Amino acid sequence: MQTKDTVPTTPAVEPSVIDFTQFPDEHGRFGEYGGKYVAETLMGAIQELQDAYEHYRTDPDFIREFETDLKDYVGRPSAMYRAARMSDAYGAEIWFKREDLNHTGAHKINNAIGQALLAKRLGKTRIIAETGAGQHGVATATVAARLGLECVIYMGAEDVIRQQPNVYRMKLLGATVVPVESGTRTLKDALNEAMRDWVTNVDNTFYIIGTVAGPHPYPQMVRDFQSVIGREAKAQILEKTGRLPDAIVACVGGGSNAIGIFHDFLADESVALYGAEAGGDGVETGRHAAPLTAGRPGVLHGNRTYLMEDDNGQIMATHSISAGLDYPGVGPEHSWLKDIGRVTYDAITDAEAMSAFHDVMRYEGIIPALESSHAVAYARKLAAKYGEGKIILVNLSGRGDKDINTVAKMEGITL
Amino acid sequence: MSRLTPLFARLKTENRTALIPYITAGDPAPAYTLDLMHALVAGGADVIELGVPFSDPMADGPVIALAHERALAHGVGLKDVLDIVRAFRKTDQRTPVVLMGYQNPIEAMGVNAFARHAAESGVDGVLTVDLPPEEAEPTAAAYRAAHIDPIFLIAPTTSPERVRLIAKLASGFVYYVSLKGVTGAQNLDIEALDARLAMIRTDCSLPVGVGFGIRNAETARAVSRVADAVIIGSTLVQLIADHPIQERPSSTLLAEVRDFIVGIRHALDESIPTKA
Repeated sequence: MQTKDTVPTTPAVEPSVIDFTQFPDEHGRFGEYGGKYVAETLMGAIQELQDAYEHYRTDPDFIREFETDLKDYVGRPSAMYRAARMSDAYGAEIWFKREDLNHTGAHKINNAIGQALLAKRLGKTRIIAETGAGQHGVATATVAARLGLECVIYMGAEDVIRQQPNVYRMKLLGATVVPVESGTRTLKDALNEAMRDWVTNVDNTFYIIGTVAGPHPYPQMVRDFQSVIGREAKAQILEKTGRLPDAIVACVGGGSNAIGIFHDFLADESVALYGAEAGGDGVETGRHAAPLTAGRPGVLHGNRTYLMEDDNGQIMATHSISAGLDYPGVGPEHSWLKDIGRVTYDAITDAEAMSAFHDVMRYEGIIPALESSHAVAYARKLAAKYGEGKIILVNLSGRGDKDINTVAKMEGITL
Repeated sequence: MSRLTPLFARLKTENRTALIPYITAGDPAPAYTLDLMHALVAGGADVIELGVPFSDPMADGPVIALAHERALAHGVGLKDVLDIVRAFRKTDQRTPVVLMGYQNPIEAMGVNAFARHAAESGVDGVLTVDLPPEEAEPTAAAYRAAHIDPIFLIAPTTSPERVRLIAKLASGFVYYVSLKGVTGAQNLDIEALDARLAMIRTDCSLPVGVGFGIRNAETARAVSRVADAVIIGSTLVQLIADHPIQERPSSTLLAEVRDFIVGIRHALDESIPTKA
């Protein structure tokens, strides 16, 4: 196993020299990123979770139950779809991994099921989660309902107003939605509040983090539960095209759908990997949510990673049309993959994402989530560079029914 | 050596418990902090714990989280906090000052640069809430080199193995969080606390301060029977928040803060005969 000292942190490393399955290391680090930056009051719970996950990740009964749920409840494997008209329009072969077809409409359910099964085995009776757009909150409320567990969802007060349909959906599923009034009243503050709840109720409560961030073991655990996306995608694209794709594109907020589809391809040097961050009004305006593109490393929410911060080290307010990408940090594995040069990260503006949203609707008859539209917008740029015959696989991470009010509002339409 | 070790040595010979009030620097406005610090000392504080405002104070409850927000509204950052300590040292070279905050502002300044500036400003210890011992090097080494004590939390859930790990890195004192939960939470069980502190002392020879859940003279007195120091945060911060916000603190507020500390001080000193 490689140690921190031997991991190159400068770009242009040959992926073939790194065994990606050996990360994170025993300290929960990906190179210099990750770790467990939490108050001592949480270390007991983190250790309990880490021990449990170490045990169950290789436990045949646990794996069987997880896979059965993914098949029978989520509807996996999700489809691999050739976007024919979009391919003609964009000038390269565009394929979609259809995570939007999952139960609850996004990839989030994969992880929520995995963690809820773990919660059940740990004997926890209460589930908490943070949510931004509400997709992870809905997925968590869904699995909690199915397992008969109490469920409390923390959501920034701003987001509660912006995402009313998902708030109501969570309530219908029996969850309590707590609007968070502190700080910027968005996702990062919801995460702070969920942490506070966890510290206070640690004996009976399991905290289901929705992305590949937070203290170790969350980045690893969430990645493992989401990496089913990439394993399926690899088999499907090989079957349908006879070869690996030339590029894979995914949107990156916290980065769980991106890690999910990337992970099985990290060692395949011929496959270029691209992460599309939320560029908001444009990175140059400062109104964005693109820490990998325009931030610097720091410590937040239990891990070391790229952050959007000011000169005093205060976390900055973020901006994106997509509530699910509106977060000032990013999963630590992405920070590492950026530094070693294995994945290229770039920002897509609100306007570019909106344009791609319409393209997917009109060329393919699919309503993509605004988050996923960022990946499509990047694929469009890439296709112009790559040209005909090249295969670009896009992770269509969620469906966009939740976003039609936002889209209408952007275009001055009242529904 | 910082001012903390000699202070605890002296208090031990006097069989007294240290009183450590906490305020957030810059709350509710920058001009308050220096006057409040002097009022705390006048009331009988042995050490001052000064919160460094952070945008995401995850381990703090609503009372202190709001104090961070009020300070941030004035743009108070780590540099300003060090300036406040420097100003305090002009008239008080005796009272130890411990900064309590989160790691990101420290890293934004640079750990070594911070350690140097903090030492020059007269800081004695630094407690970083989200820096458990596993992540504390090389930060703790930078503090030791600058003669600043790295202060660590110990929780009810901290295993003996981890207490020993903390004892290796810490100096000055350790800070026992008397409850599971965020700052300002309810309830306190003195018997359980006593048993727990006895266990900690078998693995850690440093003085043990107890915080989180101490709100008045009565709870402070009870805790002082078993602890080397009591830390009072949320109650004091709330007392400050209950006054109208002005550019500078009113003489009424300063008198109230001093009297509150005097009350706790008396309670602690009364408990001397029964101290274990």
